[in-house]
Amino acid sequence: MEEIITLDYGSGGKKTSQLIEEILLPAFQNDALGALSDGAVLSGEEKLVFSTDSFVVNPLFFPGGNIGKLSVCGTVNDLSVSGGIPKYLSLSFILEEGFPMDSLKKIVASIRDTANSCGVQIVTGDTKVVERGKGDGIYINTAGIGFLRCPGLGTDRIREGDAVLLSGTAGDHSTAVMLARDGLLSEGGVVSDCQPLHLLAQKLFELGPALRVLRDPTRGGIATTLNEFVENGPFTIELEEEAIPVKPAVAGACDILGLDPLYCANEGKLLAIVSADQAQEALARMRSLPEGADAAIIGQVSTKAPGRVLLKTSFGGTRILTKLTGSQLPRIC
Amino acid sequence: MQSQDLNDPGRIEHQGFNDRDRIGRLISELKKETSRPYRLMEVCGTHTMAIAKMGLKQMLPKNIKLLSGPGCPVCVTPAGVMDEVLRLSENPDVILASYGDMIRVPGSVPGDNLQRRKALGAKVEMVYSALDAVELAEKNPGKHVVFLGVGFETTAPGTAVAILEAKKRKLSGFHVLCMLKRVEPALRALIEADDFQVDGFLCPGHVATIIGEEGFRFLTDEYRIPAVITGFEAGDITTAVYELVRMIRDGKPALWNEYTRAVRPEGNPAARAIMERVFEARKDVWRGLGTMEESGLKIRDEFREFDAELVFDLHPMDKEAVTGCRCGQIIRGVMDPGSCPLFGKVCTPDNPVGPCMVSGEGACAAAYRYGTLSM
Repeated sequence: MEEIITLDYGSGGKKTSQLIEEILLPAFQNDALGALSDGAVLSGEEKLVFSTDSFVVNPLFFPGGNIGKLSVCGTVNDLSVSGGIPKYLSLSFILEEGFPMDSLKKIVASIRDTANSCGVQIVTGDTKVVERGKGDGIYINTAGIGFLRCPGLGTDRIREGDAVLLSGTAGDHSTAVMLARDGLLSEGGVVSDCQPLHLLAQKLFELGPALRVLRDPTRGGIATTLNEFVENGPFTIELEEEAIPVKPAVAGACDILGLDPLYCANEGKLLAIVSADQAQEALARMRSLPEGADAAIIGQVSTKAPGRVLLKTSFGGTRILTKLTGSQLPRIC
Repeated sequence: MQSQDLNDPGRIEHQGFNDRDRIGRLISELKKETSRPYRLMEVCGTHTMAIAKMGLKQMLPKNIKLLSGPGCPVCVTPAGVMDEVLRLSENPDVILASYGDMIRVPGSVPGDNLQRRKALGAKVEMVYSALDAVELAEKNPGKHVVFLGVGFETTAPGTAVAILEAKKRKLSGFHVLCMLKRVEPALRALIEADDFQVDGFLCPGHVATIIGEEGFRFLTDEYRIPAVITGFEAGDITTAVYELVRMIRDGKPALWNEYTRAVRPEGNPAARAIMERVFEARKDVWRGLGTMEESGLKIRDEFREFDAELVFDLHPMDKEAVTGCRCGQIIRGVMDPGSCPLFGKVCTPDNPVGPCMVSGEGACAAAYRYGTLSM
């Protein structure tokens, strides 16, 4: 008989201890977690970066990753683009009664592997179980702390003439998830880009003040993130459509579903604004790592239309890219 | 404007439909054509989106204007119909199966749509095809799955196939709320209206795959309006614009099929036969265009058990909606989205008042998302 999560696993009693001791502790062994107190006591006396994120992706397993990998990458990437070196993560599960233990083990293994690859430790956590029908199998929350290595990043550093860099292809994650969700085009080869970006970010930290701002364009895609960079300010971002890397399979799938890759979430890409004179150096640094192999300079900062993001289409037209509104709905025909 | 080398109908296949040099040449030729204004209408939401996405309006000279016609099936669905859909969503035994962009269409109460009803407990599932809804019915015995059948001749055959499939599987829990529409009566109504001022049509390639070149022949035969059946790539659309301008300038209206890689002269007789078998034409209400004879499709009596209107006593035809928005004028091409007083202020993709803003294919959504700058 298949082992499943029952309400008991969230009771805080024996079953909860069993879950922690048999599945969680062996995966994340370290002194801070091993104390099994309510919170982790951390060493260090420097400026910290702290972030949290919740993960409710459906389906839980998708080409290129799963909710576990995503939950580590998401917070690691948030810390990294904030100028931090990620160090410690918290991990909270909300499990639905009936969730297969086997799936939980797979997710935990993925969390362990991803955390190890990022050099972060899972130092505290929590588990709740909700009644069947009250959840979606599993929800995960992670919070993370990092040491601040690159202070001063922010949109206030942006100047006219700066270059806009993207570390790889746009729109891979949400396209992969959407295709997996609906069982569409399973042979299409669209894979989520879900990956940690701490090394890529650290490569860029060395540029100093020439590095203006970093962001990982998740929900809302690069169009929305770039809008956040310039909205209510004096600057314009002008993009060259042809320069934006998009995988042909992603472009094709988006075409069929009526989506736009520029509005699709990424889970393993960096957007960076860098001073013009350091743009080539930044590009070379990105491309020196596998996760930045497809990096490109996709546009520049001007003052043409303050607060706007403009896209020069590959056919010579220009259009405004607004922030994502609502969610992208598949269209009819 | 020279046309010799550009006027070989087979050229798209040979040259690739997004050959940028060719598109650039066509645009610069068009820029020389300043003898008169040209008002061209695309009659397909997918064209509207493609035009917006490539930034074509901004590339064309000011005297060539592209208007968005009644080609977005969601946009022409009246609020009165949505009111009936929302009423149906209150039935606890009903699962509504809908294409994605229908779920944000408001009824006559702004903000009241299927998305909201779903959050309040209504069962609404997004599907990609009518057959997905048949599967949903199969998996939910004891429930009534109602597929919201919207669209033109493009989606009608698929909807008909779903009904035939449900009959074959003896699925008593599958129904279709048939809101399907026919392109020809709408175009005729548009042309015969007093405020009609369109010089040429870009005809929808998808619909043409079903109804064929013949389905658009009346435009030139009866009304002497130039028309080009065209595909959805930048090269297709630019070519169609070029050809329309040439025909209008020369006073030689004709129907030309640019989309020969998909559209046969006779269309798809097999698909039409299935449509014929399941549906019959009926009087229907279009948002913005009003009531037109034979402009909609109704499920034939033989398949009445699948007709949600009969099974659930719905009366989608009874009232025409008043929302205060100008979608009607926008659909007829007599007003630009930007000229509507609600556009971008009260009516946004987040909180759409009119259906032209709801659907990704709507003229207003396209104008909002891909708004062009006058620079």
